[in-house]
Amino acid sequence: MAGWIFPGTLVLALVVVYRPFGDYLYRAIAGTADARAERVLYRLVGVDPKAQQTWGVYARSVLAFSVLSVLFLYILLRVQDKLWLSLGLPPVTDHVAWNTAVSFVSNTNWQAYSGESTMGHLAQMAGLAVQNFVSASVGIAVAVALIRGFAARKAPGQARNPATPATLGNFWVDLTRITLRILVPVSVLFALVFMAGGVVQNLSGGTDATTLTGATQHLTGGPVASQEVIKLLGTNGGGFYNTNSAHPYENPATWTNWLQVFLILLIPFSLPRVFGRMAGQNRQGYAIVAVMAVLAIASTALTVGFELHGGGTVPQAAGAAMEGKDVRFGVPGSATFAAATTLTSTGAVNSFHDSYTSLGGMMPMVNMMLGEVAPGGTGSGLYGLLVLAIITVFVAGLMVGRTPEYLGKKIGAQEMKLASSYFLVTPALVLTGTATAFATGHNSTALNTGPHALSEVLYAFTSAANNNGSAFGGITVNTPWWDTALGLAMLLGRFLPIVLVLALAGALAEQQPAPETEGTMPTHQPLFVGMVVGVTVVLVALTFLPALALGPIAEALA
Amino acid sequence: MRLPSWISQHLAALRALLVFTVLLGLAYPLLLVAAGRLPGLSGRADGSLLHVNGTVVGSRLIGQSFTDADGNPDPRYFQSRPSAAGDGYDPTATSASNLGPESVVDTLSGNPGDASPSLLTQVCARSLAVGRLEGVDGSRPYCTADGVGAVLAVFHRDGFAGPVTRVVSVNQTSTPFLAGYAGVTVEPAKIGEDYQALGGVITPIRGTAPAHPAVPADAVTAGASGLDPHISPQYAALQIPRIARERALTEDRVRTLIKQHTDDRALGLLGEPAVNTLELNLALDRT
Repeated sequence: MAGWIFPGTLVLALVVVYRPFGDYLYRAIAGTADARAERVLYRLVGVDPKAQQTWGVYARSVLAFSVLSVLFLYILLRVQDKLWLSLGLPPVTDHVAWNTAVSFVSNTNWQAYSGESTMGHLAQMAGLAVQNFVSASVGIAVAVALIRGFAARKAPGQARNPATPATLGNFWVDLTRITLRILVPVSVLFALVFMAGGVVQNLSGGTDATTLTGATQHLTGGPVASQEVIKLLGTNGGGFYNTNSAHPYENPATWTNWLQVFLILLIPFSLPRVFGRMAGQNRQGYAIVAVMAVLAIASTALTVGFELHGGGTVPQAAGAAMEGKDVRFGVPGSATFAAATTLTSTGAVNSFHDSYTSLGGMMPMVNMMLGEVAPGGTGSGLYGLLVLAIITVFVAGLMVGRTPEYLGKKIGAQEMKLASSYFLVTPALVLTGTATAFATGHNSTALNTGPHALSEVLYAFTSAANNNGSAFGGITVNTPWWDTALGLAMLLGRFLPIVLVLALAGALAEQQPAPETEGTMPTHQPLFVGMVVGVTVVLVALTFLPALALGPIAEALA
Repeated sequence: MRLPSWISQHLAALRALLVFTVLLGLAYPLLLVAAGRLPGLSGRADGSLLHVNGTVVGSRLIGQSFTDADGNPDPRYFQSRPSAAGDGYDPTATSASNLGPESVVDTLSGNPGDASPSLLTQVCARSLAVGRLEGVDGSRPYCTADGVGAVLAVFHRDGFAGPVTRVVSVNQTSTPFLAGYAGVTVEPAKIGEDYQALGGVITPIRGTAPAHPAVPADAVTAGASGLDPHISPQYAALQIPRIARERALTEDRVRTLIKQHTDDRALGLLGEPAVNTLELNLALDRT
């Protein structure tokens, strides 16, 4: 029973902060005044904060910023030995640098390297941690642009008039505000809290200790706390050290572990409030957060339940599923973290999913296959779920013969084409990627054999294409083939959906809202919540069940 | 001169990236490094190091191996959990084992360097070793008496069905743990054979070991970080008689020390109670 207190208190805390923190996010994003510091920044960057962007310009700004980020990070990693604080480490090899650059820019934070033996402090601070901030901001910015598409009210007669194209805001303003008003203050606050709990924050190359039995132990240093907070808050997940949030210098205590899971879920679960407020109907936000909560609670309960039950030969022999879990977290604190990190696009781990029970280890994979919408990554979860809501509206409209509408916007052929393409991107990447790995023999780098090896390969592509970044471990992925393939999966899995979402936002913004009539299907009631949950689960099951049946399900039944 | 828009966009992107790199990549972390110099915070920001007579002996947060140069446990100290970080508790190579719940078949080899034991065999071997060290029964479900995974490859006439034709104990090269299975004599395994590929159905055998073995779960499994600073109160309690004997202390005195170095559930609610091995062993050295 005691084990359920950990996830239970998290649910309570998130319920309490939903309104105040969501309102804080709304004010930060939708405010009309620019702070002085922000005006200085706009002048340095050379953009006009008053300029409004169409979806095309918004998308090109996102892509330009991201392309340059990949290049900059790649170069930084390749020349780290010539800069300060490299700790004497050599430049990162070309394929790992490519993979890592894409990984951090796409908010995936898949790690094909081991932090303590690859990255100097400068590469971590000025390269990886910067992308932790801005990639999170990019996700939120895109979600906000989509909401603006819903909320746009075109003047009568101006709908789809090319002379007055609809606009979605200004990417540079969104990027700046989200970073400076939301991410930085929260990060500073919680970095100090983490430091008080024992998370290290220094520029030392480490200290040699002489252990009680006379051996030498090299205790590592680094600016960890500053990176740790944004790793969680921005649903990034790239650990400073190889064992990520299991490392005592990243996650030293039970209460820091609770706080880490809370930070992972904080922004994704509060963004529906922003959606409700910007759309002018808070109840629409409640409906969306209810969908997220239903899926998240069910999935977390299953994960914790499977792990506490401890099925399978080795957990039975050991007496508990404690392989790959640290004592201070125990089974519930580890399994809850595993659920939260994969329900969002975080991918940080405090225990090793590869050693989970067969069904417990399947749950993280299922969570990612849901498309990370419950609650998903910062921003990406919200826009993913809004796409699923659009698909639900369309399906429901077909069933009862009503014109599908969402927030007064008609879901026509163009909107549905964009929404369906959005949904198909990740399954296409995951399934073709996994099949290609087996067809070309690159599955041979998996540590385990049989169905467990299929799980390892499937998990790797699921994690990359969904921009999660958690690993099942147990598979050697720092080979040129794997680094390239997973890099492509991450890149396409991030930016194709972003472009499709922005195009969708543009199409919605062009519409004049239809007035609500008796024939309009309400999208804020439990019925609709249930339908979105149903559509999500059915779509995912139809897409991934065959692959899961050959991996974890086959293993559990054997 | 007006630049084409695709160039001006990239210029804005480049400038934005540089500005954010200075702000978030330098100012933000360095400010926090400076905050970490404040009294009260500096010890923790530096890694919670523990000193004895001016020498660093480790960190309160990082576990250690309490073994001699050959890797044998030092009986005067509480033992940590198994670790997959380098040769054990190496902070420059943190790692978990990543072996799955059905990792039950060993790769046998005449050359110990090429052999790789399954997770099940590792659990069985550790249990036997801990049991021997602490003078308790080290037997576990699914383990043989000689400390490997009790696993058979069962061959049927028609693949998965039909009468059993051949049975091999896949993790043992000498006398099998069972004489017969389904009326067939059990053979020992031959090095280099892959019985699964030959069509054998891998069948772990539960055996008669108690459901709650004397050696607790955390003593036979490797943790997540490879640096787990804690052991469970049960594993600490198991080690009391040995420590009391080696140190000429009463068991009650050792029990009191354990209590003093147990991190309880946070707020009495969250996580698991855990015993900090390094602090406990330092306290033993001081008494």
